[in-house]
Amino acid sequence: MVDTLEVSVWRGGENGEFKTYTVPARESQTVLDIVTYIQRRLDPSLSYRFACRVGVCGSCAMTVNGKARWTCRTHARLVVEDGKLEIGPLRNFPVVKDLATDMREFFDKWAKAQGNFKPTTTRHEEFATVKPSDKKRKQATAAIECIGCGVCYSSCDVVAWNKDYLGPAALNRAWTLINDVRDNGNDERLKAVAGDAGCHACHSTQMCQERCPKHLSPTASIAGLKRATASALLKGKL
Amino acid sequence: MERSVNSHRAHRNHATYWAFVLHRVSGVVLALFLPVHFYMLSMSITDAARFDTFIGWTDMPLVKFAEAGLVVLLALHLTGGLRLLALEFLPWRDWQKSAVALGSGLSLIIGLVYLLYGA
Amino acid sequence: MSTPANVKADTRRWLIQRASAMVLTVAVIVHLGVIIMATQNGLSASEIVGRIQGNVGWMVFYIIFVVAAALHAPIGLRTVFREATDLQGRLPGFISGCVGVILLIMGLQAILRLYGV
Repeated sequence: MVDTLEVSVWRGGENGEFKTYTVPARESQTVLDIVTYIQRRLDPSLSYRFACRVGVCGSCAMTVNGKARWTCRTHARLVVEDGKLEIGPLRNFPVVKDLATDMREFFDKWAKAQGNFKPTTTRHEEFATVKPSDKKRKQATAAIECIGCGVCYSSCDVVAWNKDYLGPAALNRAWTLINDVRDNGNDERLKAVAGDAGCHACHSTQMCQERCPKHLSPTASIAGLKRATASALLKGKL
Repeated sequence: MERSVNSHRAHRNHATYWAFVLHRVSGVVLALFLPVHFYMLSMSITDAARFDTFIGWTDMPLVKFAEAGLVVLLALHLTGGLRLLALEFLPWRDWQKSAVALGSGLSLIIGLVYLLYGA
Repeated sequence: MSTPANVKADTRRWLIQRASAMVLTVAVIVHLGVIIMATQNGLSASEIVGRIQGNVGWMVFYIIFVVAAALHAPIGLRTVFREATDLQGRLPGFISGCVGVILLIMGLQAILRLYGV
């Protein structure tokens, strides 16, 4: 007799509900395996996102028993409680359908924080030489591995309380560019990340850091932005 | 319908989240307490008789306990604030959670000292 | 949505909040220490009050203390209003500002009376 799991999955849009499926409990399976099983064998109408299945793309992020996680890197045995599992779409994102969310605002905020590189040189000039041991480069390196999966944004209470808040991912990316000596856009970028919709809204609850699958710390990056914007204000550059 | 029925607790059950909640609650309570504190101090000069009645009142165990509670809240707010100042101004270190524990411990000690010796 | 003008004000608020926090850290530790030591040495409240009259040094200390608190509390309250209530626009700042003014007036009044000016 195969052991089974009772899996509640969110179905529908914003006003949907949880539907329960019975899934065989295998020795070695990820939460993504479970979602895939449901869609292929039990209910083909289930909508969900995934791509690489191996923990490099970030597409499969969902809310598992209340916490935002990459489902392909979440071993079912580690999260199942009393034979039960609850899978929902990421918090703080509008639901498109079932487990798929609308990520437009997330990326719009990325752009609002000016999370894009502004070059200073052309192909005709020499390469910039930046030592990896350089202090600014170290700070950028510590934050650069973000792949925009949305787990931090989903885990942040300030995002839930403040609709305008740019969020941990966008601010983290801005910080990497503030520290990029090749970049030219910092005067404008600092203005974009400061304020009650920007870095100053962060309360350092560190839920972003706690949940980031790449073990980044947006809290630290945002603290850096607070220092940088205050410095700019005192120098009259803000 | 509720998005996640069983899990509101789970996603926030983290030391630094509670540090934030305590910091906010203690801040609000202190903001409400301060005017009372200033009022009593003023009264101590302008109306000695009334003040003596008040001070007699502060000898009651319940009031002493409330006073100690306020000192604990003050210490909590202070140590939580120090954690934030360290986080925002010093180079990043991974001792934040320990700082929370240390802060709470210190706050309780300060409150107890006040209760035993100062109240 | 923050306009560029608000961004400067928000940053200024953050700076004042942190600066006043640092002042308050020192002031609170000193204050608690003094009160605990004084009451442990058996001084009653009225005796303490009687002793500090005319002491300019402590008066200046407490004036700085009150000003720092009157700056620190409103900025914190404003954030709480904005995040935890439905108050919009300039209302959170206005209400918090009023609280700050009240704290300043009551605090300075208490100090001036206590220190015998």
